[in-house]
Amino acid sequence: MWYFVAPQVVFGQDALSHLAQLKGKLAFIVTDKNIVKLGIVDKVKEQLSQAGIGATVFDEVEPDPSLQTVEKGVALMNSCAPDLVVAVGGGSVMDAAKAMRVQYERPDIRPEEINPFISDLGLGRKCKLVCISTTSGTGAEATFAIVLTDTTDQRKLSLINREIVPDIAIVDPELARGMPPQITADTGMDVLTHAVEGFICTWKNDFTDGLCLKALQLVFQYLPRAVRDGNDMEAREKMHNAACIAGIGFINALTAMAHAAGHSWGALFHIPHGRAVGLFLPYTIEFIGEAREELWSEIAYAIKLRVPEGERAGKVLVQAIRELARNINQPLNIKETGIPSESFQKAIPKLIDNVMADGSLIVSPRIPDATEAEKFFQYAYEGKSIDF
Amino acid sequence: MAILFGTQEWVDALKDALKKSQAYKEAAKNWEGDLYIIVEPDAAYKNRHILYLDLWHGECREARVITDENEKSPKYRISGPFTSMKQILDKKVDPVQSMMTGKIKVKGDMAQIMKMPRAAVELVNCMTAFETVFPS
Repeated sequence: MWYFVAPQVVFGQDALSHLAQLKGKLAFIVTDKNIVKLGIVDKVKEQLSQAGIGATVFDEVEPDPSLQTVEKGVALMNSCAPDLVVAVGGGSVMDAAKAMRVQYERPDIRPEEINPFISDLGLGRKCKLVCISTTSGTGAEATFAIVLTDTTDQRKLSLINREIVPDIAIVDPELARGMPPQITADTGMDVLTHAVEGFICTWKNDFTDGLCLKALQLVFQYLPRAVRDGNDMEAREKMHNAACIAGIGFINALTAMAHAAGHSWGALFHIPHGRAVGLFLPYTIEFIGEAREELWSEIAYAIKLRVPEGERAGKVLVQAIRELARNINQPLNIKETGIPSESFQKAIPKLIDNVMADGSLIVSPRIPDATEAEKFFQYAYEGKSIDF
Repeated sequence: MAILFGTQEWVDALKDALKKSQAYKEAAKNWEGDLYIIVEPDAAYKNRHILYLDLWHGECREARVITDENEKSPKYRISGPFTSMKQILDKKVDPVQSMMTGKIKVKGDMAQIMKMPRAAVELVNCMTAFETVFPS
């Protein structure tokens, strides 16, 4: 027995106008200062006002949002009592909004206590949650995961519960138009990693496979175009859709080693999430290797890669991913990110601790022990292909 | 030789498997807390079993069958019907998925469990490291 959970998805040009059809009295808009500056929050407020819905704005979400930021937002929510939460931004904003919404509706549950085993959160009684993505990466608008940073423990908390899925995801490509090439590339690598790991993790299933493969096709076809020309609206739209599709795909199956390693490294060195998980993706494919050879072949077939006779599909896929990453100026190893060897070696014990504690690891087709995890990081630092 | 589930002999075998498992030691090195595994009767089996494990930093300090539920106040309680427990031990279903679908209930400090999900997985792996025979 398993579940497939997804929000109502409103997508395509002008999807934002769906806000004018919502019912409610007061919206609590969760966002960041950059989104306010870009004028996107004003557009959201304008649509909401057409529905007679007022708005209070909380624009203090930082990249890698902390538990403290969530608490601050909840305090403001409690003072204005909204019946609608509207998250406008990237993954950090949407994750923070999901956590705020839970604590607003269930003050008895601390954000860090959100877990997949609670079956009666009972959300939706005080407010609905609408997530509007302005980046094409995390798919957070459609997932029931929250990633928060515990600043005291220097680790990322991956919190999951089916009930925290947003009620509505708005996927309007116009909102992604302003993304600079670097963020387009970073977030695109996140989509790619979601799609690959969702397709090969041990909880993969018939309902998610097709979504992951479709997202992969879109990434390989449109990500380089979206990075090259942000005004290529066909590429923007396809990547915006791909992010949401991969989000729904992976969250109903989960991820694997690239996410565990990316969370671990990202928390210590403050690397953007998509760049971090994307960097580890080829190493993860090599590490899992033959255990998923049939699935590497399926991916290769879906994205029209030619696998020469006698060659392993996994190897060909790794080459294709590295080529794509190189084309969009992504680092292929940790050294290329400018982290000095000394700092990296010093962080190794914490990197291993974090990766071994990461929830993504439990559904990895191959789970490393601590020694293998250390080798994995060392190889990724040097850019060596995994051979163990 | 297969060991009958729910007996002291079975719990001893589990303690031994935990002692031998490097993967468990590693995954549970920060784990602090004892637990009850409560097997509830269902249509397939009419008895109730309570197994007690005292787990501490990768070690199993005590493992035994409990007859009076009030004897201990463990930090965690993992409970489920016999058939669901059997499916896990037969490796027919994933233990974490069983918990996520509510087939198996978990009570206790969830923040700690979420910090060490692999400890739970490796604990179940140890339960399947030896041959179990189930009461009919």
